[in-house]
Amino acid sequence: MEEKKPIIQLNDLGKQFQTSNGIVTALDHINLEIMQGEIFGIIGLSGAGKSTLVRCINYLEIPTSGTVIFEGVSLAGKSEKVIRKARQSMGMIFQQFNLLAQRNVLQNVCFPLELLKVPKKEARKRAEELLELVGLSDRMKAYPAQLSGGQKQRVAIARALATNPKVLLCDEATSALDPKTTKQILELLKRINKEMGVTIIVITHEMAVIDEICDRVAIIDNSQIAEAGRVADIFSNPSTPTGRRLILGDGAKQVALREDRLLRIIFDGRESSEPVISNLVLACKVPVNIMYAETKDVGGKAMGQMMIQIPEDETDAKRIIHYLKMNKIAFEEVK
Amino acid sequence: MVWDGTTLEMIKNGILETLFMVFGSSMIAYLIGIPLGIILVVTDTDGIHPIPALQKLLGLIINLIRSVPFIILLLVMIPVTRAIVGTTLGAKAVIPPLVAAAAPYIARMVESSFKEVDAGVIEAAKSMGATTWQIIWKVLLPEAKPSLLVGAAISITTILGYSAMAGFVGGGGLGAIAINYGYYRYQTDMMLVTVVILVIIVQIIQETWMKLSKISDKRIR
Repeated sequence: MEEKKPIIQLNDLGKQFQTSNGIVTALDHINLEIMQGEIFGIIGLSGAGKSTLVRCINYLEIPTSGTVIFEGVSLAGKSEKVIRKARQSMGMIFQQFNLLAQRNVLQNVCFPLELLKVPKKEARKRAEELLELVGLSDRMKAYPAQLSGGQKQRVAIARALATNPKVLLCDEATSALDPKTTKQILELLKRINKEMGVTIIVITHEMAVIDEICDRVAIIDNSQIAEAGRVADIFSNPSTPTGRRLILGDGAKQVALREDRLLRIIFDGRESSEPVISNLVLACKVPVNIMYAETKDVGGKAMGQMMIQIPEDETDAKRIIHYLKMNKIAFEEVK
Repeated sequence: MVWDGTTLEMIKNGILETLFMVFGSSMIAYLIGIPLGIILVVTDTDGIHPIPALQKLLGLIINLIRSVPFIILLLVMIPVTRAIVGTTLGAKAVIPPLVAAAAPYIARMVESSFKEVDAGVIEAAKSMGATTWQIIWKVLLPEAKPSLLVGAAISITTILGYSAMAGFVGGGGLGAIAINYGYYRYQTDMMLVTVVILVIIVQIIQETWMKLSKISDKRIR
C-alpha cells in the first residue's frame, strides 16, 4: 500500500455551519490522505462530523476552509461543471439507499448513465453487467418497494459503479441492515475493491464494519481526527479516549495495571483461529497488557504461552480469572 | 317547468361548456403553475439552486393573487378578458379569470408535491453529477408524479367550483343555468338537476385522477 499514490488528500479541511444558534463547527483542521486502491474507514460517534466529512469529499458540502485534492487536482473554487465531472468519478451509497422509487431496478442503474447521455443500449448493457456483479440479475424489473434492504443496497452499489468511478463513498451504508445482510454487503464491497480496483471510503459508527473490510482507519471525534492509522495498530492500541470508547465500549476506562501480578496463559492446542485475548477483553471490558508471548500455529492449533498483566482492581482481576476458568483456558498466576 | 328537448339541449350544452371551461383553464393553469411550483421549490433556501430573493418575491405575488376573492377577480379581469378573448360573456370569457385564480393555487399544490420528494434521492442524483435541470426533469417530476396527480384531482374540482360561480357575471356552463333558472326564476327542479350533475362531474374527476395516481405509483404493490 505504501508505494501507492494518494487519490484523495484533505488538507486542513474545515466546515462551519451558520445556524440560528450561531456558528457550528462540523469539521476542524482535517488532514487525511486516502491511497489509491485501499479501503479507508472513518469512524466516529453520531454527531462527530463524519457525514459532513464524506460530503465535503465530493463537494455536496462546500468546505469553508482547506482543500480537497482529488487525483492531484484541488476542487476548491472550481466551476460547477468541474465539480460535477469529479462527482462522476466518485460513486456514493447511502444508509437509506436513496433509490428512485418510480423507476425499476434496471432503470435505477441506468440513471447515472442517462445523466451522461450514454446511448440507451449501451447503458442497458452496462447496467445488466453490474446487476450480474451484485447478484440481482433476476430482479431487474422489480421496483425498489418490492426489494429487501440488502437488495436495495446492492442496486445502489450497482448504480454507484455504473459510471466506472475511481472512488466509492459509503455513508453508513450498512447501518440500516441486519448483521447477516451487513456481512454480505461488506463482502461485496471487498470484492469490488479487489476486482475493480475501486478505492472505497467507509463512514460508519460500527467497529465491526471497520474490522471486517478496512485497511486503514481514522477516528473522528468532536469535528477533529483523533487518530488515524492501520486498522490492526489502532485496534490493538487505541491511544485516544474516543478510540478506546469506540473499540472497547463504554466500560473501558484508564485502568491501572498491577506490576507484580501476572497471569501465564497456556495454549495447549486450542483452535488457533479463536481470538482468546480479544474475546477476554471484550467480555470483561477491562484491558490487559501482553508482557510476553510465544505462540505457534501448529496445524490450526495454538501452542505456546503468553504472559499478561491484569488490572489492580480486585473485581476486574476476579472477572478475568472467572472468564478464563469458565472458558477452560489453562492459566496460572505468577507472582 | 317543461322537460322538453330544448331544456335537455340546454343542459347538455351547459355540461359541455362547463367541461370546456374547467379542462381548458386547468390545462393553461397547469402550464403556468408547474413552472412556478418548480421555481418555488428549486430556488428555496434549502433547494437545489437557492435564489431566496426570487423565491420570496414569487411567493408574495402568489399569496396576493390567492387572497383576492374569485368573484372580485372576475370583475377585475374584465378588461384583460376582453383584450384576450374579445368578449366578456360566455364560457370562453371565463377562462382568463379561472386561469388567474387557478395558476397560483396550482403553483402551491405543485410546490407541496415536489417537497414530498425524498431529499436523499435528490442528494444521490447530485452525487452522480446531475445538473439542476436534470434533477428537475429526471428526479423531481417523475418522483412527484403520483402526488401531482392527487393534487390535480383537488385542483380541477376546485376550478369546477369557481367556474360555477362565473355564472353570476355572464359566464356560461352549468353554473349559469343554475343561477339564471334555478335562482332568478325560482325553478328549484332546474337548480337541483344542475347541482346533481355538478356533483357527478366532481365524483368522476376525483375518482379518475386518484385512479391515475394509484396506477402510476410504483411504491405500493
